[in-house]
Amino acid sequence: MSSDPKLERIAKGNALALCATGTWTASFAPVLERMVADAEKLAGGSQSVFIDVSEVAKLDTFGAWLIERLRRSLTQGAVEAQIAGLSANYSSLVDEVRRVRATPVIDTSTITITGMLEQIGRTVAGVAGTVAGLIDMLGAVLAAGARTLIHPRSFRLTSTVHHLEQVCWRAVPIVVLITFLIGCIIAQQGIFHFRRFGADIFVVDMLGVLVLREIGVLLVAIMVAGRSGSAYTAELGSMKMREEIDALRTMGFDPIEVLVLPRMLALVLALPILAFLGAMAALYGGGLVAWLYGGVDPEAFLLRLRDAISIDHFIVGIVKAPVMAAVIGIVACVEGLAVQGSAESLGQHTTASVVKGIFFVIVMDGVFAIFFASIGM
Amino acid sequence: MAGEIQNPIIRVRDITVQFGATRVLDGLDLDVKRGEILGFVGPSGAGKSVLTRTIIGLVPKVAGSIEVFGVDLDASNTSQRRNVERRWGVLFQQGALFSSLTVRQNIQFPMREYLRVSQRLMDEITIAKLTMVGLKPEVADRFPSELSGGMIKRVALARALSLDPDLVFLDEPTSGLDPIGAGDFDELVRTLQRTLGLTVFMVTHDLDSLYTACDRIAVLGNGKIIAAGSIADMQASQHPWLRQYFHGKRARAVMG
Repeated sequence: MSSDPKLERIAKGNALALCATGTWTASFAPVLERMVADAEKLAGGSQSVFIDVSEVAKLDTFGAWLIERLRRSLTQGAVEAQIAGLSANYSSLVDEVRRVRATPVIDTSTITITGMLEQIGRTVAGVAGTVAGLIDMLGAVLAAGARTLIHPRSFRLTSTVHHLEQVCWRAVPIVVLITFLIGCIIAQQGIFHFRRFGADIFVVDMLGVLVLREIGVLLVAIMVAGRSGSAYTAELGSMKMREEIDALRTMGFDPIEVLVLPRMLALVLALPILAFLGAMAALYGGGLVAWLYGGVDPEAFLLRLRDAISIDHFIVGIVKAPVMAAVIGIVACVEGLAVQGSAESLGQHTTASVVKGIFFVIVMDGVFAIFFASIGM
Repeated sequence: MAGEIQNPIIRVRDITVQFGATRVLDGLDLDVKRGEILGFVGPSGAGKSVLTRTIIGLVPKVAGSIEVFGVDLDASNTSQRRNVERRWGVLFQQGALFSSLTVRQNIQFPMREYLRVSQRLMDEITIAKLTMVGLKPEVADRFPSELSGGMIKRVALARALSLDPDLVFLDEPTSGLDPIGAGDFDELVRTLQRTLGLTVFMVTHDLDSLYTACDRIAVLGNGKIIAAGSIADMQASQHPWLRQYFHGKRARAVMG
């Protein structure tokens, strides 16, 4: 059914005659390309050039184009190469490829020093753009919030509750499990090292301060950035890709009010709740380990905890939660709305959302640490 | 070879597809002959796209057999199946271009996978394919998000044709195109079928396409083929849905 393609030179006086036989199709393309390249070297010196294709068993676009390529390169000056013996079936295909302009491909992707410098410049300018974008979004969300306060009927309660379920209720098991384990680990490590100088009981102080002030809220914020921030970016990004956000806008809705505000509100409400639950789970885990591993019985643990921590520690921790939630939400929504048309862009922005979200959460935590230190809390 | 010419290129027997409790296709038989353009019509939601997706293996079937190029797709091994897949091209309703690749990379994607040819030949063939589907070579370096709806369909067709398949599936190729663009597209399918000797399986709602492009029409209803034949057969049919479809206001306008 298919035979190997051949391209033979046949003697024909002063003329150059090439006879193509066999199957000239895509599956033989590498062989064909080599043969045609060899035949192209025969150009020049002949009065007339013929390419006889009457023996070709099967022809497709690849074969037809290679014959056309050969014809073009054998055509020199006044000598026009001719294709002979073309069957009616294939003549329209050959006519079709004859229309093709073989424009040389310009490869623009060359690496130059100026190009690299340009890239660095663009990245630096991009950082300023990111910050401006975040402030812009913060302003837009606050404005939308103010409008909702003036017209409470436009508030999207159903949507907010839906997102609250997604980011808060459904996050409870994993948040509680992870903070519980972290509490266990902190207590175990504390006891292990404090025991050497007989200070076992101080593990309760360490656990209380660490969990309530820092670890509880920071860990939960990082988990929420990974879990819900990425989901927000992906949701908004795919809506952007399918022009759903444009559709909203043309119907006279403000995407910030419809999409971003409920998500932000849900996150701002969810994070303090999750941080509280996380802190309790970590204290419980730590207490359990202190009891089973360190021999500190629960009553002593609670007594010590009451002495070691005050309500200030708890307030310091929980006050940070809504701010961190707002940062995560704003970063996620900015990235989501920045998605361009491609799947790759969606992936990049989702990654950026999580990375930037976690980065800003840690930066905020540092700012808070300085602030609380200077007011003496 | 002789056998292959006589046998239908697609042979669907007793296909049943079910989603939950809803039976979408119910013991459906269909033959597509070599070299023809088969127009496939039916009411919205009748399962036209489901049948297409079942034939190309994207939707699992409950019962029945599908033979493409004489190969039973259920009984075939991976390499046989790969061979069949290499010989067909699919144009999805929304184009389904890879959004992170340029037009050039989209069209070259199957070539890179299946053929070992030089970059130069791939670039030249890409331009040839773009010319064939009526696009300028300049669009080769654009991304799908930078193309209009009609251009996306054309690029998707060029990608479906990139390995010179024997069979192409077109899922509503003219939907979302303006009448002139749709007419051009019908013409294009006709030309390509003539020049490349394609067999075309076209799901469509476009009466103009049925009249100008298709050799034969099959009608889907109640999970079965309720009629198959030329456009004249369809007009002569007494089936109520067919009467409404081919003698309705729009049909009269097209024929008028």
